Amino acid sequence: MTAYRLNINGQSHAIDVDPGTPLLWAIRDGAKLTGTKYGCGVAQCGACTVYLDNQPVRSCSLPVSAVGDSQITTIEGVGGREAAAVQAEWVKLDVPQCGYCQSGQIMSAAALLARNPKPSDRDIDLAMAGNICRCATYVRIRAAIHGAAKTLEG
Amino acid sequence: MIHDRSILDEKTHAEAGSTLSRRALLQAGAGLAIGVYIAGRTPSFAQNRPAPQSVNILPNTFLIIAPDDTVTVLCKAIEFGQGPFTGFATLVAEELDADWSQMRAVHAPSNPALYKNLLFGVQGTGGSSAIANSYEQMRKVGAAARQMLVATAAERWRVAASEISVENGVIKHASGKQGRFGEFATEAMLRPVPADPQLKDPADFKLIGRDGAVQRLDSAAKSNGSAIFTLDLDEPEMLTVLIARSPKFGGVVSSFDATAAKQIAGVVDVRQVPTGVAVYAKGFWPAKLGRDALKIVWDDSKAETRGTREILSEFRALAKTPGKTVKQHGDVDAEFAKGGRLIEAEYVFPYLAHAAMEPLNGFIKWDGDTALARYGCQFPTPDHGAIAQVLGIGVDKVKLEVLLAGGSFGRRAQQTVHAAIELAEVAKAIGPGKPLKLVWTREDDMRGGYYRPFGVHRMRGVVRDGKIEGWTDTIVGQSIMKGTPFEAMTFKDGMDSTTYEGSNEIPYEVANFRCDLHQVDVGVPVLWWRSVGHTHTGYAVEAFIDELLEAAGQDPVEGRLALMGDNKPRHAGVLKAVAELANWKGAKLEAGRVRGVAVVESFNTFVAQVVELSMTEEGPKLHKVWCAVDCGVAVNPDIIRAQMEGGIGFALGHILYAEQTIEAGAPVAGNFDKYRSLRINEMPEVEVVIVASGEKPTGVGEPGVPPLGPAVANAMAKLGLPRPRQLPIVPGATA
Ligand code: FES
Ligand code: FES
Repeated sequence: MTAYRLNINGQSHAIDVDPGTPLLWAIRDGAKLTGTKYGCGVAQCGACTVYLDNQPVRSCSLPVSAVGDSQITTIEGVGGREAAAVQAEWVKLDVPQCGYCQSGQIMSAAALLARNPKPSDRDIDLAMAGNICRCATYVRIRAAIHGAAKTLEG
Repeated sequence: MIHDRSILDEKTHAEAGSTLSRRALLQAGAGLAIGVYIAGRTPSFAQNRPAPQSVNILPNTFLIIAPDDTVTVLCKAIEFGQGPFTGFATLVAEELDADWSQMRAVHAPSNPALYKNLLFGVQGTGGSSAIANSYEQMRKVGAAARQMLVATAAERWRVAASEISVENGVIKHASGKQGRFGEFATEAMLRPVPADPQLKDPADFKLIGRDGAVQRLDSAAKSNGSAIFTLDLDEPEMLTVLIARSPKFGGVVSSFDATAAKQIAGVVDVRQVPTGVAVYAKGFWPAKLGRDALKIVWDDSKAETRGTREILSEFRALAKTPGKTVKQHGDVDAEFAKGGRLIEAEYVFPYLAHAAMEPLNGFIKWDGDTALARYGCQFPTPDHGAIAQVLGIGVDKVKLEVLLAGGSFGRRAQQTVHAAIELAEVAKAIGPGKPLKLVWTREDDMRGGYYRPFGVHRMRGVVRDGKIEGWTDTIVGQSIMKGTPFEAMTFKDGMDSTTYEGSNEIPYEVANFRCDLHQVDVGVPVLWWRSVGHTHTGYAVEAFIDELLEAAGQDPVEGRLALMGDNKPRHAGVLKAVAELANWKGAKLEAGRVRGVAVVESFNTFVAQVVELSMTEEGPKLHKVWCAVDCGVAVNPDIIRAQMEGGIGFALGHILYAEQTIEAGAPVAGNFDKYRSLRINEMPEVEVVIVASGEKPTGVGEPGVPPLGPAVANAMAKLGLPRPRQLPIVPGATA
């Protein structure tokens, strides 16, 4: 066991875990933030997507020992115009079905809009293909990203 | 997912005048649920089973009208995406004349007397029945509550109840007096409940069937991470439990060594349970490390030894011989002997995992006398009884709370109650006192069995003078229900109707017809999977009819309509609607694009789809799917559209890529790298039309699935490719 201080959503969390513990479980079991989900554990599904210094990463496949001082952002702490626009559009279009994948979808979508405010369908494919939705809400995810982009245009 | 019409279709039985026998069957079936599990003991949940004929409309058991004016519906169906929270609240709010903004929904706890599914007789969700079995019940709850609120207001205001109106959550009198539900609710709920509250004329509906009138109640919580799933439960002192289960189906623990596992920091205990070896730890990761460190010797003497390859050759051989007749008319053998163009097709369907986004899991706390279980439970009544029995306490000592679940697709409704048993066994093994969260990893879930059964359909047809004269469908498959408590409910003449449903009755008039079945035992546990038998019968029937129509020189749409005659108005209705929506002008288009069509009825809902695709090196690329659905009264049009979109995507991912291969009794794929799921770049555009209908509402969770696969196959045929005979279409696909 090793003691770590993780900066999650602007707050410092003291966590004592095995160095190989994936960041996902440090966030969920250590910091008790459960919005970030476990879906596969092997970087296949994107349910565990969080930001490391504003870059989306798969927290299930990143050992806590590799995080260092980086700022971690989870669905609970994601802010800014892009995330707000994405979340509003998600509700407006009733995107979620079971909802279990949606934290990850929203993190990926907001990150996409932050670097590309007007994504094409192909941009969306590239940015979102790492996020599986077993309920297949993809039609609405796509529409909601376009909708959020419109909102951001002002 | 219990949906055998012989048991559950009220109409069929009302027609046959055998409501009583249906009741008896339900009691027998449900009683067996626990009887099978622990033989020789009266099923404990059966003791407080409700009278089957009673329909609970007591507002105070379904509604919480709070002083802050919110109306919370206790939803007896589990919400895992298909929308019952919103659907039930719509039904209540409509009759209550509530404002949509005041509506909320939560899960009802396990209590069959109050919350049974009116089609099953016990509490449970499945067979796309949530709205179908609650349409009148929940409206009556709303109407009764409205009447009680109005009566209370009338008394307080000293006016006649008939002079009071309710609109958007406001109770009003012509004198100008007005108030909100919250002001009257406490008193109103103490009043006698009207036995038969007056329901609205559908013409006056403001919410039911009105596009845009309601929004899902669960979207916000599912968009900000605050929705709580079982995996998110936490309590002081709670331990996370992982179980090492046999790699082969049917294997059991022979011996194990937990020395190394117990040395892992955070591992608290290791215990043997009937399904394997359980590691109890402070959090998921130590539990995982502890499990990895276990040394287990498995006893495979009773395990399945065959793999997919062996099973396939056995099934194929059987398919060449006639099985037990399920249904026949005319004289099909004589017809084939007459000659003509004989067409044969053999379709092979793989094992499929449900792979819901949230793997199985459960929370339990047992203090020796009472227990609390909380999880995404799809069949509360049987699970409830199973937990009580394992722990040796009465059902009244067990509280079972239903939570949101990250998908199910059938996986959380277990005829064998195996996950509930295991959850209770985990508590029993370590002893009372500790809150426990049993977690399945993705690999546990995917290799855990309970798959859509493997199967073969061998089709034969004869076409003479442009007419389809004969049809046979020989099915080889494994029964989902055999040896389970539900066997009595779905078996007819020793055959499981969920294996052949959809094949025994086709919507096309063919003079000489036979459907027969080889029901084969395999040691791989199987389960209903989103649309159950229709997952394969829909493909077999719709791909084959298309092939025969092609041989007969007929258009896929016109040819189907002609064969339906006047007897299948709802099939024909959705087929015409989808043809119109897609502007169908034949299957071939320019630029390598082709179209295919299919129509399937499942769970009394009718769905037709047209797909447009082109071929790439990686397989078919779907550009667009048009979908027409007739589900009776459309309660929430946008949820219906969402379920069609989702059903199409779910079906497409599996038809293209998914297969759980078995090798020497052990499942191979453990994660999405080998069990490839549909991704956004593979999702076609979808356009849905809901066919207007005044029929009773039926479900939409499953019926969007079956037509997609055959529509894809039928489109591929228009490029001169064979209709895929063995699924998935893109074999060996990895992510
Ligand atoms: S849980 Fe991390 S990608 Fe699936
Ligand atoms: S909404 Fe269920 S997995 Fe995406």
